[in-house]
Amino acid sequence: MPDRTPITRSLTRPLTLIDKLWNAHAITTRADGQTLLFIDRHLLHEGSFHAFNQLRERNARIARPDLTFGIADHYVPTRKASTEAAPAAHTMIAQLARNAAEFGFLSAGAADPRQGIVHVALPEQGLTLPGLSLVCGDSHTSTHGAFGAYAFGIGASEVAHVLMTQTLWQKRPDQMRITVNGTLPPGIGAKDIALHIIARIGADGAQGHAIEYAGSTIRALSMEARMTLCNLSIEAGARLGLIAPDETTFAFLKNRRFAPKAALFDRAITDWRHLTTDPDAEFDREHTINAPDIAPTVTWGTSPEQALPITGHIPNPDTMPDPNKAQAARDAIAYMDLYAGQKLTDIPIDRIFIGSCTNSRIEDLRAASVILANRTARIPGLVSPGSAAVKHQAEAEGLHHIFQAAGLEWADPGCSMCVGMNGDTVPSGERCASTTNRNFKGRQGRGSRTHLMSPAMAAAAAITGHLTDARLLRHS
Amino acid sequence: MIPFTTLTSKATALPIANIDTDQLIPARFMSQPRSAGYGAFLLHDLRHNPDGTRRDFPLNPPEAEGSAILITRRNFGCGSSREAAVYALADHGIRAVIAPSFGDIFAANSIKNGLLPAVVTEPDSERLLEAAALPGARPTTIDLAAQTITIGNLVVNFTIDRVWKTQLLEGLDDIDLTLREARLIEGFVEQDRAARPWAVPDLS
Ligand code: SF4
Repeated sequence: MPDRTPITRSLTRPLTLIDKLWNAHAITTRADGQTLLFIDRHLLHEGSFHAFNQLRERNARIARPDLTFGIADHYVPTRKASTEAAPAAHTMIAQLARNAAEFGFLSAGAADPRQGIVHVALPEQGLTLPGLSLVCGDSHTSTHGAFGAYAFGIGASEVAHVLMTQTLWQKRPDQMRITVNGTLPPGIGAKDIALHIIARIGADGAQGHAIEYAGSTIRALSMEARMTLCNLSIEAGARLGLIAPDETTFAFLKNRRFAPKAALFDRAITDWRHLTTDPDAEFDREHTINAPDIAPTVTWGTSPEQALPITGHIPNPDTMPDPNKAQAARDAIAYMDLYAGQKLTDIPIDRIFIGSCTNSRIEDLRAASVILANRTARIPGLVSPGSAAVKHQAEAEGLHHIFQAAGLEWADPGCSMCVGMNGDTVPSGERCASTTNRNFKGRQGRGSRTHLMSPAMAAAAAITGHLTDARLLRHS
Repeated sequence: MIPFTTLTSKATALPIANIDTDQLIPARFMSQPRSAGYGAFLLHDLRHNPDGTRRDFPLNPPEAEGSAILITRRNFGCGSSREAAVYALADHGIRAVIAPSFGDIFAANSIKNGLLPAVVTEPDSERLLEAAALPGARPTTIDLAAQTITIGNLVVNFTIDRVWKTQLLEGLDDIDLTLREARLIEGFVEQDRAARPWAVPDLS
């Protein structure tokens, strides 16, 4: 039996938001420092099948089916072509439905009006709330931190552990605060902030840390933008990223399907107002960013840290002081078929993709449509809204007409070309301007080359056929 | 889970930074059942040409066969939470990866599967990479209790979270440990229901 020490709740020491969330979920802490956390929400998708097989081996049931929610997203076909390219996808979707029926939890299949990418569609249902702990077998679970939830991605063995116990053993993470102050220049969004941060601190810059985003710029962001920012925390290596809830958060949650209602909602808001970092609370590390310094940012390499303002040039590895970084740059330049000194705006693009849990919400589609309105794309592109609800809203606003008139394909919701599991892939050797989160080699399909950017920047690339500063295409 | 105490094996040098989980196992293989064995998928697209022939890659030559240790550069296993990346390593026979840093979720997944993520300093990883790549290199020995890695007369220390160390040494399974805490969990839930009545979704 491991020894136990009582959970200490200091009344005098100022606490961070991360401390408060951690303390509220700590069931017990072992002498070795591991804490058993209670999990308020467990989200599943088709890829969770390994965990169910572990349950079957043990003849186990789910501890809390009422806190467990499934959704089909990774393998969902978004158009006819994807069904043809990945004929096995439907067996993965059917497998999730079978597991939901057998183990007794709610799950949205491909045709469900609640369907969409897990990190887009389930917040829409009011399942993500401030003050909750939330896990999913997917690294971009950090997205839900936008609501002031303690949300992180886990692996299949941990998924099985949560299914069986509704808890997880965790080590208290180090804490980092990233403060962004000032007014964002026109046309600059959360994606630019995130890529700017990752370029500055590195793809492992926040390893082992939980990040709190703070500052006047963050306070001014919409929920959609906050989700984009928190989503990309993992690309800086962080376990999770979160933002203190405020009026913006509460307004988003009001009347959502599974959010508390009436008096309970008022009670919740009273509690949620305490979910802030106390003045004078200390972080292990701090970074400060000046919003007016942020330009439209794109990645040129095969790691999200290889990102630059669109006005920049491909770096010269021979002048890089760090030999490992220089070699990584050489390797990336070769894979991406670029050359040192090349102007970013001279890089030709073969297709664009607007979608993924990073940038497929209604605001993202609006930002892209502003650039695309009354223009024609020179290259093919796919637009996949993040959920059935986003699709519905976009069509009500007529955005799909703008995409289609520009020559882009308007598809159904799903992970789609972000990871290509459903057959929506970028052909080998092609270069894609993508609103997704990973530019890893082959991420969008074997041999694919990915440049990450905001929806407005992907739209601009569609119109010109090369990387383009979207600010130049904004209507006055 | 098989305990990890000491391991002596050939080591393969993989002098690449930021090897992400999409490289470790490309997404298209992930719908396979585990019983199929994930070893052949390990670093598949780095090891093979599009026509399926083998590339010049450190894991490919005959002398790399049977190597249970990988030595690599920083941020190994960054990216997606896919435990399949660990399955690919484990099914290929890899029992330890040595690097200056690891993706957090990857490292946690490794422990669950008895695979050691050994953290060394950048200079030590460069020394080990060089030593392991020498023709006729001596086998590498990892001693988890002592936290040392030895190749010939080169000895370096590595770090690992102490909880993970115990779990690996004893081959402990989390779930059994947690199930013993059932009473504490029940007590927490009861208290929490009063403290946070809004935390449970209204499924009605
Ligand atoms: S959209 Fe991409 S990153 Fe997001 S959950 Fe799906 S596959 Fe993962």
